[in-house]
Amino acid sequence: MMKNESNQNTHSAEKPSTIELVNKNLTKRYRAEKRFKAYGVTAILFGLACLVILFSDIIGKGHSAFLQTYVYLEVNYDADALEITDVTDPQQLAMADYSALVKSALREQFTDAKSRKQRRNLYGLVSNGASFTLRESLEENPALLNQTTGVWVLADDDIDTYYKSRGDNQADAFIGRLNPQQVAWVETWIGNQQLKKSFNTTFFTSGDSREPEQAGIMGAMAGSLFTLLVTIALSFPIGVAAAVYLEEYAPKNKLTDFIEVNINNLAAVPSIIFGLLGLAIFIGYFEMHRSIPLVGGLVLSLMTLPTIIISSRAAIKSVPPSIRDAALGLGASKMQVILHHVLPLAMPGMLTGAIIGFAQALGETAPLLMIGMVAFIVDIPGGVSDPATALPVQIFLWSDSPERAFVERTSAAIMVLLAFLITMNTAAIWLRKRLERRW
Amino acid sequence: MKQVQKENDPQISQDVSNLETVGNIFSDNAKMSMRNVNVFYGEKQAIHDVSLDIGKNEVVAMIGPSGCGKSTFLRCMNRMNDTIDTCRIEGDFKLEASDIYHPKQDVVALRARVGIVFQKPNPFPKSIYDNVAYGPKVHGLVNNKTDLDEIVEVSLRKAGLWEEVKDRLTAPGTGLSGGQQQRLCIARTIAVGPEVILMDEPCSALDPIATAKIEELMAELSQNFTIAIVTHSMQQAARVSDRTAYFHMGKLIEVNDTKRVFTNPEHELTEAYITGRFG
Repeated sequence: MMKNESNQNTHSAEKPSTIELVNKNLTKRYRAEKRFKAYGVTAILFGLACLVILFSDIIGKGHSAFLQTYVYLEVNYDADALEITDVTDPQQLAMADYSALVKSALREQFTDAKSRKQRRNLYGLVSNGASFTLRESLEENPALLNQTTGVWVLADDDIDTYYKSRGDNQADAFIGRLNPQQVAWVETWIGNQQLKKSFNTTFFTSGDSREPEQAGIMGAMAGSLFTLLVTIALSFPIGVAAAVYLEEYAPKNKLTDFIEVNINNLAAVPSIIFGLLGLAIFIGYFEMHRSIPLVGGLVLSLMTLPTIIISSRAAIKSVPPSIRDAALGLGASKMQVILHHVLPLAMPGMLTGAIIGFAQALGETAPLLMIGMVAFIVDIPGGVSDPATALPVQIFLWSDSPERAFVERTSAAIMVLLAFLITMNTAAIWLRKRLERRW
Repeated sequence: MKQVQKENDPQISQDVSNLETVGNIFSDNAKMSMRNVNVFYGEKQAIHDVSLDIGKNEVVAMIGPSGCGKSTFLRCMNRMNDTIDTCRIEGDFKLEASDIYHPKQDVVALRARVGIVFQKPNPFPKSIYDNVAYGPKVHGLVNNKTDLDEIVEVSLRKAGLWEEVKDRLTAPGTGLSGGQQQRLCIARTIAVGPEVILMDEPCSALDPIATAKIEELMAELSQNFTIAIVTHSMQQAARVSDRTAYFHMGKLIEVNDTKRVFTNPEHELTEAYITGRFG
């Protein structure tokens, strides 16, 4: 037998041997391998390029919103003009007409504004938020009454845009709605160094406003935060509990199959439909208020639940059976096995799924539109039952506004949303790492 | 050449369904006794009418080719097969006087009395200390830390692991070598204070030196515990066990004193297996 076989081998010498055949194909195989790798690298490069373009566009447009133009005015806190008789009376201080002071300060500097129209143009250079600044400074320091002092007040958004776009060269400036006389006045200010750009605290501390220079992101941030808190508090425990039941306790029958199919289907339902559902059930039937983060959170919980259930089930499934066997073999009850071993081991995986779900919820706009979180709300919400809007909805609202100054604020709001997301993800990843290390 | 003979071996292809167990299934001082056991996985019957006693402080080895049902039988002895939905079990399982499969028998209490060590070392991803302390904690065997410390130390000593790990009890159990992990699993099982220890091929994932240590350990443990071990190694069965049970295609073919099984088997199938003609 053995001899025969070796004979056959020598006879077939004219035919290429195995190693020759292998060598012949080797270069082809390496080329294919290289191509395969190149596809992956190309895909990653494409993704990175898109990301770079996106970020550079957003940051390029939005970075200027973090600075705000202020005007230096010599203001005379004239008691007569303010109609204040008793400076210790907070009522009088609050009710006084500070815009008159701003107007007179402007009139004094620019005496060439004669007609009513010219004067209105002149007053338009300063934001009507300036009167709040004056009120605050007087409330802080009542001794200012009847004194003349220099105050930095908010410039109007047109001036803000003009000054920011101008740089050192007047020709670059974006004039927009300004008339030549207004441009001349602004140039005078620039010459006198009466304009400055400083950090835009208003943007981070106030709610929405019709005036771009007074509009802030804080209201939307608080709204998003409350909405997300409701979502996390509801969907994570419910999702994990559902996943544990389906994975550990549910009998494998038609009913559980049906439930599973439907959970998978729910994950693919467009979010606006969840918004409609929330409108019909939470607002229509349960008569909850419109525009509140509680309803937003409920709707987003419904939307996130399928994602969390699916990922939690996958995480529970991936816990090695040997660990369950070990605990069961020692006499742990089913609940003890789940609480002591399965959940801690599955937690990192469940968190990963949950993070994806919450990040999605944070960026979700459509369902919030349906439940009225798209309303124009100036006040910063103080809880889950105060009317609020959310970051993505705020972005949507601002991107729709005609004022030029909202363009940069839209981009800035996107940056804030991204920062919010990154912070949240980092926290979750840190938490996951910690849990992994403990086990 | 060997291959050819194997396929034509009349002893292998013969119908085993009518075979009666030969040898002596009884033990004078039975700790566990199983009678007329049938186990089904769905439609498929994995165990056919098996009866066997396991004597107190005895080491019983179960040998047989893969798929012969010996592991299934072992797992049924502390109801580990309850977790398999399709598994159906008939027959009597008795631990001393109590019926293991009685509806009122609490499975948690049963497993405290009948511990199990698995094929693959499966320490919890926790510290060495927590691994051993888990069982006593779950069953509420101790009230204070001192007692728990003592149980952990005694169990690790009995498992012959104390000297190797006493300085690093807080290190993760998964960081030990394979043999140490398996001894940790044995220590974990002992810590609950069971009466019977089931071992499902405890050495199949270990090297010869670690195997030798575990076999040594089994000899010591048999003074205090009743041990049932499933093994693929006939030498191991010969070395560690008092009695040996040979399983074949879901039937218990022969049970006898280990010496007798390996030197003078009664059944031709047993002889064929231990002389290495199949398996």
